[in-house]
Amino acid sequence: MVSTKNVNAPAGNRVSAPSAMRRYGSQLGIIGVGLAMWLVFIAAAPAVFTDIDIYLAFAQTSPQFGIIALALTFVVITGEIDLSFPSIMALGTAIFAITTSQFGLPWYVGLVGAFATGAVCGLFNGFLVAKLNIPSLVITIGTSFLFRGAELVLMNGTGVPLTAEEYPEMHAIFREPLYGFPIQSFWMLILGIIAWTLLNRTRFGSHVFLVGDNPTSARLMGVNVVSVKMRAFTLVGLFAVFSGLMTSIYGYYFWPTTGEGFLLNTIASVFLGGTSVFGGTGSMVGTFVATYIIGAINAGVVSAGISAFYTQLVFGLVIVVSVVLQTIIERRVRGQSITGR
Amino acid sequence: MAPVNAIHPVPVIELKNVSKTFGEVRAISGVDFKVNPGEIVGLLGDNGAGKSTMVKAIMGFHQPDPGGEVYFKGRKIHDWSVARARGLGIETVYQERALCEKQPIWRNMFMGRELRNSYGLLDVAGMRAEASRLMSEHMGFTSAAVHPDNMVATMSGGEKQGVAITRALYFDAELVVLDEPTMGLSLSETKKTLEFISNIKKVGRSAVFIDHNIFHVYPVVDRLYVLDRGKIAGVYSKDEITMDELIERLYRVARSGKLEE
Repeated sequence: MVSTKNVNAPAGNRVSAPSAMRRYGSQLGIIGVGLAMWLVFIAAAPAVFTDIDIYLAFAQTSPQFGIIALALTFVVITGEIDLSFPSIMALGTAIFAITTSQFGLPWYVGLVGAFATGAVCGLFNGFLVAKLNIPSLVITIGTSFLFRGAELVLMNGTGVPLTAEEYPEMHAIFREPLYGFPIQSFWMLILGIIAWTLLNRTRFGSHVFLVGDNPTSARLMGVNVVSVKMRAFTLVGLFAVFSGLMTSIYGYYFWPTTGEGFLLNTIASVFLGGTSVFGGTGSMVGTFVATYIIGAINAGVVSAGISAFYTQLVFGLVIVVSVVLQTIIERRVRGQSITGR
Repeated sequence: MAPVNAIHPVPVIELKNVSKTFGEVRAISGVDFKVNPGEIVGLLGDNGAGKSTMVKAIMGFHQPDPGGEVYFKGRKIHDWSVARARGLGIETVYQERALCEKQPIWRNMFMGRELRNSYGLLDVAGMRAEASRLMSEHMGFTSAAVHPDNMVATMSGGEKQGVAITRALYFDAELVVLDEPTMGLSLSETKKTLEFISNIKKVGRSAVFIDHNIFHVYPVVDRLYVLDRGKIAGVYSKDEITMDELIERLYRVARSGKLEE
């Protein structure tokens, strides 16, 4: 080892340990928002929110978009976005429906086909964005139409019933409660732990942060930027198909419109969870908690006896206030002014 | 550590007839370049002379055009890449631009070469501990005040350069490539960086020092390459040429493209 004693020693050794606020600020913030909202709901409708049923309800529905949000967190941290996942949900599930109902193949063959479709769609997005260097905001709008169009043509615009009698295994995997616990949230937890580990405890995860922070540096230090981004997009494709299957089985029916209405909930979960739109920073815990906050607003507003017209208003308030606070806190931590200039 | 054979040492790295073309532009052309063990080699040249392209060819970022060859310790390397070069012990210190500012110090120090445990997962605790040790031992932070979780964006220019240099050294580099390491540093930070470059030689490692400031380069190097318009315009041992003569020739090359009359 070359001696570098005191090279570039800072004057006065003024570096100190970051505070808990600085390290976990965004996670603490989102958990705080969640708790505050919960208290408001309890105060507004104690009868509803002290009963287990409401929790069971949104524990079943929130993971439907939350699972995609977990994977989307990787893409957003790399500084990109994927708007095509609702179409991938539909296309993957369509492949499952065709292989099992039209060709009469077993359910597990359908699963392989569905996930392979998701992987190919994700890989294609990743190829266009990372290899050909096309802005993801633009190109994933294009591929969104492409995947949706392919699905509509394949299905001829019609749906497929997915009954428990015909698909007992699929219902056991994606729908029936596990010892009374909503299996959707069980999967959210399992996939959340996998996603957390991937992000925080693997080289891939480390490279996701580095690529989103400064792609030039990452490349200079030997990180394969193209491969990292392609893998992140592929992950979204796979998780989107998982969610597409789960959502369709939950409704006993595959609708050709599967995925519509998922776009904003999913993206909102990622941003509300403290993942920065500028890339380089993000939190899997944040996405996880934010998913349930958004799910709770949906279920909570209606259950609390407030008119459903208020759902979007509450939604907007929570998202706007949270994201503004997060951004300001982050700037204060970095010693910038409130407007970041 | 003296060179194995003082008369004909096997160079740590050697580029033979290396060219690099970007579309229509030939950034470097037919370059022959070598660094012997325990040698500090300077690379001088005006803006646009091809210094950056040379650096990137040495550290594996650019593959040479067909016909060019790269040798590491006498062995021809075909699959030249950053990962390959780092695996062989070539580390590069860039200006602070090669750090990821929103990331903690430990992630920057181990960028591209993260430590892993026996399960193949990241050894985050190990990287934190190593970063903390390196910072207190080599960067002069007192251990009580050091925290490897600090975001790089919160550090000063000199501190950032410290992180970049320490990163290059942690991996026991055979060859350290320094790309304008003094740019943007204060006088005392520059002095420390130059001392550090001299230290590389003392422990028998080699270095390439790229700069356009001859006053920084000349005192610490053994040999000097002068690059002009993508070609090697001249190679000098320090005992062959004084700083004044060198400055004279650099002016001439800038005007006429020739070092000598």
